[in-house]
Amino acid sequence: MIRIIRDFIDRLFLQIFKGRKDLKIGLYGPPNGGKSTLANRICNDWLGEEMSTVSKIPHETREVKVKEKVTVRSKGKEVTFNLVDTPGIATKIDYEDFLKKGLNVKEAKKRAKEATKGVIEAIKWLDDMDVVVVVLDSTENPYSQVNITIVGNLVARKIPVVIVANKIDKKRSGIKKVEAAFPQYDVVGISALKGRNMEEFYESLFNMVR
Amino acid sequence: MLTLQFIPYNDIQYLTPERRINKLINVVKENKIVLMQGRLVPEEESTLIERTMEQINRSNFKGIEICTIYPESDSNVVEKLKSKIANLLLGNREGLTIIGPATVVKEIKKHPDKIQLFTTDVKKKSRRE
Repeated sequence: MIRIIRDFIDRLFLQIFKGRKDLKIGLYGPPNGGKSTLANRICNDWLGEEMSTVSKIPHETREVKVKEKVTVRSKGKEVTFNLVDTPGIATKIDYEDFLKKGLNVKEAKKRAKEATKGVIEAIKWLDDMDVVVVVLDSTENPYSQVNITIVGNLVARKIPVVIVANKIDKKRSGIKKVEAAFPQYDVVGISALKGRNMEEFYESLFNMVR
Repeated sequence: MLTLQFIPYNDIQYLTPERRINKLINVVKENKIVLMQGRLVPEEESTLIERTMEQINRSNFKGIEICTIYPESDSNVVEKLKSKIANLLLGNREGLTIIGPATVVKEIKKHPDKIQLFTTDVKKKSRRE
């Protein structure tokens, strides 16, 4: 009973607080899952412009980026939010990995240093989020500790979560694996690059922010 | 040579989250693989990642590989209640946390029913399951 009353008060304060500030939707996930590609897809769909640069080299996004006042409309509904694209969260960063991708030593070391700061910044921003979209590469093993840590932190902070299994256009894509790894969540399979299944994604977003 | 260090729950039970994390990172920085009884709470896991990032680029430390295994809670309500009471009284000792330095552990792959730990070797890559 006490818990129900406490949850009700929490929600009430959250609603009052949310009424005063802009809604923030964060894109979180491991590096190269497609967060920035999804950010660009959303901004292209609704603002007609791009938000972030994308690259095949991991840790392209090394600073949190915010696109203000993105308005999404779907089936007569409308929501306006600030879209937050965050650096990929990793437990290790080795500059030598960037050398293999063609960067020189100076560039690789700089990228590694910036990437470590980016991970810390992304984690610090978690507390500011109202809804988080966890963007996972559906061609990769979803049972990584980084994925589990991100989702665990969102649950602990009572932040609503949308899990996206990205890159469904690729042959090795496996949405079922992602669903099996996170059975308590609805998983939306999309291709941010090709713009596939975005309607379902926006619908999931509406369900979380209402 | 690969060194595994077991950290029983009793060793970290009364430490503050910050000291607990420092203890784990210090062992990992000695190029040892930590086998910790129990698991960190999500906030501690994210703090562990933050502290790890702060220490990368210092003295050849390149980060960590981490994996947690714990029993799935598909038991009945009574069993779940028992487990929660035990956790409340004794602390969450269920499960095992594996943390290794990225220079030694190349990758830990977690599957629903097994864990694969790939180590980096100067001469060749070895694989242990």
